[in-house]
Amino acid sequence: MATTQEWKFTAKEIAEKPDLFLPGHRACAGCGPANALRMIMKATRGPTIVTEATGCMEVVSSIYPYTSWAVPWLHTAFETSAANASGIDAALRILKQKGKLQEHVDVIAIAGDGGTFDIGLQALSGAVERGHDFLFVLYDNEGYMNTGIQRSGGTPMGAATTTTPAGSVMPGKLQHKKPIADIMVAHNMEYVASATPYYWKDMLQKVRKGLEVEGPAFLHVFAPCPRGWRSESAKSIEYEKLAVESCVFPLYEVVNGQYTLSTPSKLISLAPQKKRPVTDYLKGQGRYRHLFNPKNKYVLDEIQRWTDERWTILLKKAEQNA
Amino acid sequence: MKTDAKQQIMAMNGDEAVAYAVKQSNVDVVAAYPITPQTIIVEKFSEYVANGEVPTQFVCTESEHSAMAASIAASATGVRAFTATASAGLALMHEMLFVASGCRVPVVMAVANRALSAPLNIHGDHSDAMAERDSGWIQIFVENAQEAYDSIIQAFRIAESKNVSLPILVGLDGFTLSHTLENVTTLVDDVAKEFVGERELPLVQTHEGKSAPFKLDPKNPMTMGPIALQNYYFEFKRQQEEGMKNALSVIEKVHAEYAELTGRSYGNGLIEKYQLDDAEFAVVCVGSTAGTLKTVVDEIRAEGIKVGLLKLRTFRPFPVQEIQKALAEVSLVAVFDKSMSFGGNGGAVFHEVRHALYDNAAHPLIVDYVYGLGGRDTNPKEFKKIFHELHQIARSKRVEKLVSYIGLRE
Ligand SMILES: Cc1ncc(C[n+]2csc(CCOP(=O)(O)OP(=O)(O)O)c2C)c(N)n1
Ligand code: SF4
Repeated sequence: MATTQEWKFTAKEIAEKPDLFLPGHRACAGCGPANALRMIMKATRGPTIVTEATGCMEVVSSIYPYTSWAVPWLHTAFETSAANASGIDAALRILKQKGKLQEHVDVIAIAGDGGTFDIGLQALSGAVERGHDFLFVLYDNEGYMNTGIQRSGGTPMGAATTTTPAGSVMPGKLQHKKPIADIMVAHNMEYVASATPYYWKDMLQKVRKGLEVEGPAFLHVFAPCPRGWRSESAKSIEYEKLAVESCVFPLYEVVNGQYTLSTPSKLISLAPQKKRPVTDYLKGQGRYRHLFNPKNKYVLDEIQRWTDERWTILLKKAEQNA
Repeated sequence: MKTDAKQQIMAMNGDEAVAYAVKQSNVDVVAAYPITPQTIIVEKFSEYVANGEVPTQFVCTESEHSAMAASIAASATGVRAFTATASAGLALMHEMLFVASGCRVPVVMAVANRALSAPLNIHGDHSDAMAERDSGWIQIFVENAQEAYDSIIQAFRIAESKNVSLPILVGLDGFTLSHTLENVTTLVDDVAKEFVGERELPLVQTHEGKSAPFKLDPKNPMTMGPIALQNYYFEFKRQQEEGMKNALSVIEKVHAEYAELTGRSYGNGLIEKYQLDDAEFAVVCVGSTAGTLKTVVDEIRAEGIKVGLLKLRTFRPFPVQEIQKALAEVSLVAVFDKSMSFGGNGGAVFHEVRHALYDNAAHPLIVDYVYGLGGRDTNPKEFKKIFHELHQIARSKRVEKLVSYIGLRE
């Protein structure tokens, strides 16, 4: 990696930096992904090209003849953001090789959980294996929100979606979330990290680190969707915090396979009593409402068990590298 | 062996001829995935890359879907992009073909035409390309390896022409052309490069209101591939159709210029007429079969029967007026189709030709022959038999069977 320098993103600095993801887009009030993208674009370091998969963030930001993108931006299809990045990277390389481009241009590929965990996984895996120079930003709102809140491989167990509705015999989604970051780590990538806008400084630093990598980097951003989660618009930021504090979404970095907990999660590892029960995070979200019916307590227990297990595994990985 | 200062003869199969043309066309990005019978194209091109013979970024993608996405993205970034595929690979790209034409990126693609599953079959027919006829791609079908080479060189000029700006597919018959060795006369590198030229980008208005070349460029941010709803989508599609219409004259112009340079021509680039001027009845075909049919036409003419051939080189845009003119005097037209349009009462070429001739004052009788599916060989003897049959139909002026199958056990 080019640098391990700590980036000094101060509130003042990012407030002053012009927006590259502009206001006027059509995202819902309290949209986690829209907020995340606006901030992420503040961490760019120079000329940047963005390519995006089909999904909420594409649809709300590019309604012709309007656009929310102040950078060159390309959308081709749902499953293609990493393949697009491959083509852009190849084009930039040849332009440089032929002396037609002098400056470095960063490439950011953006996709939702569907465009990453599911339909886009093959293209992502291929692009990473080939070593294209791009940062892949997964904004994970845990469902296909754009098409009306269907389950994805990133939807957690127990969540009610329109294809895993909570019914009289089914308690929402039956499977746990796919460990996407681990899958990307298994590609021997130089940089994989998790982030969420509540911890904005941490997130921006990770974006910058991912851009600094000469090759593929992967950032998993946790971003609530009040519409799909049946949660209050004003609470999105709070859920980001609660997800980290309950270890449902721990924050960490994996640099060349070495796991390190990021400060908010590190603090919990040092003071385990601060780790909140998953119910603190789950309650209040309409998608989990049915789990608080006593007959579904077993699901809550399983979510807690699984969360603890994943957290323990993560701690071990981080310890091994300490 | 040199034929003249600007050309030389090389022994190549169709796939190699395509790869060689791409090598000479100053292509910046090639993104592709192997599939029979296209495989030799990517293999040969990889060799050029491995030996440092081409200044090209070669992206060996993990699928055809990504190959097309990467080609679109590279082209959108302002460089020249090429890919190649066949059959299942083309079908996997299907979604992205519409994206390419909709984004107006002039990607060039060779398709070594092959049957589609099921049952699985790797041999040549036109099912793959015909299934993509409405995807907004220009489609040219070639007769031999020579034409494959020549057409790829021409393709970049056509696709990149500013009033076209559409992707183009060059179809060569799987195995019949892709794997058969021929003498191919090629241009020397410099002459080919000069003919193809540099890609020029059309100027468009950016959202900042500036005029800038159409590409992803941080200096002039542009939003490409946006969502356009009921209020705009239709206009985008109408504009694409305009690009297609413009392609007709551009194909002719580029083809004529190339003919001037090389001494080789294929009719006017849209259709090629063979012994058609005084013909009583005519046959129409696409691709390598034209070569076989030219021989058959000669043999039948030797018997005193006046038959002519119309080789349809450009299938999209469909050269309606050319076809109307070329077939204005014949009393019977037989179309040879190397693909099915299930439930469509005849193959795709038949539909198109018949449709075009409806407006002719005296339309001829028209029949369709489906042949060669899954690579089934149709030899000159069989065609000869059909020609005699056609002669009878022309005489009797009675069509008993609209659609027939050649060489099929029924
Ligand atoms: C091949 C294909 N299948 C289905 C769709 C319909 N579709 C568009 S966006 C989308 C879901 C996007 O979900 P996600 O990636 O999680 O992003 P989000 O909408 O949640 O932001 C689907 C199913 C499509 N565009 N393309
Ligand atoms: S549905 Fe969810 S992800 Fe989509 S714009 Fe609304 S809040 Fe954002």
